Amino acid sequence: MATTVSMPKTLTQGQLHPRTPWVVLGLSIAGAAGVVSLISMASGEEFSLVGTVALGVLAYLVMIVILSRQIEGSRKATDRLVTALVTGAFLIAMTPLVSLVSTVVILGSERFDAEFFTFSMRNIVGEGGGAVHAIVGTLLMTGTAAIISIPIGLFTAIYLVEYGRGPLARAITFFVDVMTGIPSIVAGLFAFSLFAIFFGPGVRMGFAGATALAVLMIPVVVRSCEEMLRVVPNELREASFALGVPKWLTILNVVLPTSAAGIATGIMLAIARVIGETAPLLIVAGFTASMNTNMFADRMQSLPVFVFTSYANQGVDTQAYLDRAWAGALTLILIVMALNLLARLIARFFAPKLGR
Amino acid sequence: MSKRIEVNDLNVYYGKFKAVEDVSMLIEPRSVTAFIGPSGCGKSTFIRTLNRMHEVIPGAYVEGQVLIDGDDLYGPGVDPVLVRRQVGMVFQRPNPFPTMSIRDNVLAGVKLNNRRISKSDADELVERSLRGANLWNEVKDRLERPGASISGGQQQRLCIARAIAVEPEVILMDEPCSALDPISTLAIEDLIEELKQDYTIVIVTHNMQQASRVSDRTAFFNIAGTGHPGKLIEYDDTRIIFSNPSVKATEDYVSGKFG
Repeated sequence: MATTVSMPKTLTQGQLHPRTPWVVLGLSIAGAAGVVSLISMASGEEFSLVGTVALGVLAYLVMIVILSRQIEGSRKATDRLVTALVTGAFLIAMTPLVSLVSTVVILGSERFDAEFFTFSMRNIVGEGGGAVHAIVGTLLMTGTAAIISIPIGLFTAIYLVEYGRGPLARAITFFVDVMTGIPSIVAGLFAFSLFAIFFGPGVRMGFAGATALAVLMIPVVVRSCEEMLRVVPNELREASFALGVPKWLTILNVVLPTSAAGIATGIMLAIARVIGETAPLLIVAGFTASMNTNMFADRMQSLPVFVFTSYANQGVDTQAYLDRAWAGALTLILIVMALNLLARLIARFFAPKLGR
Repeated sequence: MSKRIEVNDLNVYYGKFKAVEDVSMLIEPRSVTAFIGPSGCGKSTFIRTLNRMHEVIPGAYVEGQVLIDGDDLYGPGVDPVLVRRQVGMVFQRPNPFPTMSIRDNVLAGVKLNNRRISKSDADELVERSLRGANLWNEVKDRLERPGASISGGQQQRLCIARAIAVEPEVILMDEPCSALDPISTLAIEDLIEELKQDYTIVIVTHNMQQASRVSDRTAFFNIAGTGHPGKLIEYDDTRIIFSNPSVKATEDYVSGKFG
């Protein structure tokens, strides 16, 4: 019977040389390149790099499995197959990210100069100009949105974790979930119609943009803070209660400091999430070529809208508008990256000290 | 500095479920009382009613009376926070606050209540409490290190120091040694012996040798089966419980026939 295979007595078995897979991979790619170039010559089309890699990887999969099955047995062969598939999936997932970052860095560095960070677009047609008005606008509106949504979100999370019982808490959780899913354009329309009630139709102001961003940000802050508060062990709360500390002081002095690192990270990620929003700001904050630092009057430019309008309304010197758009995109990515780094620093600073 | 605890006809509930039924006992000041019994019999639930920690769990409540020197803990207008300042508690697993240093852990009862304390008073309180918990000599050179940086047995003694720093009348200990090795257990048992001079101590333990070593009186709890409430079966001098108990179930339990 097939199931009563006698087990070998030794602990060693055939093994592929560590370099063998690489050699097989190289041969596969080279072979695939040959095949693809033959096809391209025959059909008169251009040589396809993607086709080469795809064919090469496929050939590698087949060859390594056959080779490994012959020498190492079926368990190792399965292992090599899965290793190759998982690595491949990772590389496929990485490709767009690397491509995106490299494209933005290459095209964005064209106009990533001092002028870009000191000039607005006022009275500029064609070359030159900068995005300082958009950077200031983005920072102002996102900052205001953060000031609005961090207290609301954090307090909601504290209510849900520490006090909320019964139907009210369930309703809040449900609506927070629903809010997480609203499209950003809807948040923009909400802010627009809200401010139109007070200031008449056609209202455009930075504060309305901040409100729209806050609507998008609050559910993210609630969710992440809630998670972080829930992981604080109940033992610590009980230890504090047992010392005769009232509940609110326990939350303030034990629960929040213990979860501060996670909360700070969650808030930073929520900010990073809304700082790139375009649609709501396009509606309620509008776009402008001039610097505006007044949150409560007139249009206010922001980086995503700057990128969008530069691309959408290209002027006479098309290349200048495109370069500015890419530089704006690069600036935005750098700001988000800086926020992430800041979140990590804060997390490290607040992390509970367990070192020996 | 220590008080008498009197429990009259206490029923303890988790929502609809009655966890402990009809307990009455008298705990004398300056004594060690041990609660023994099989798992799930309500020892820990009962000990948590003695400083109103039971009601921290949603849906949990209590019927009956717990008198501390004649004051009913469950009387109208009683603030559970003030109760807990008089009746301290040490938990099964050492739980020092991870964000605080050893020194701040001892001062937690003061600092978490946002009360101000002068540097010299704080130093004195830290030293007195740590000496009281037999920990001073081991940590006096590293008071600023994190509270989680010392060994499990030291952490548990730190938690005891933290409890006695708020100067309670009674100290409740819920299986304080079950997560510790024999040497640390011995250190805590010696400490209980010393604390007995000043405090009323109630200890839950699964270790019958420990109960016979440290306690003056022992209460045996038992449960008829899953879903039934736990009951106080017998409460007497430790010597009697372990040598000549009056109830058969107690004798079976302490002699290892079940449990």
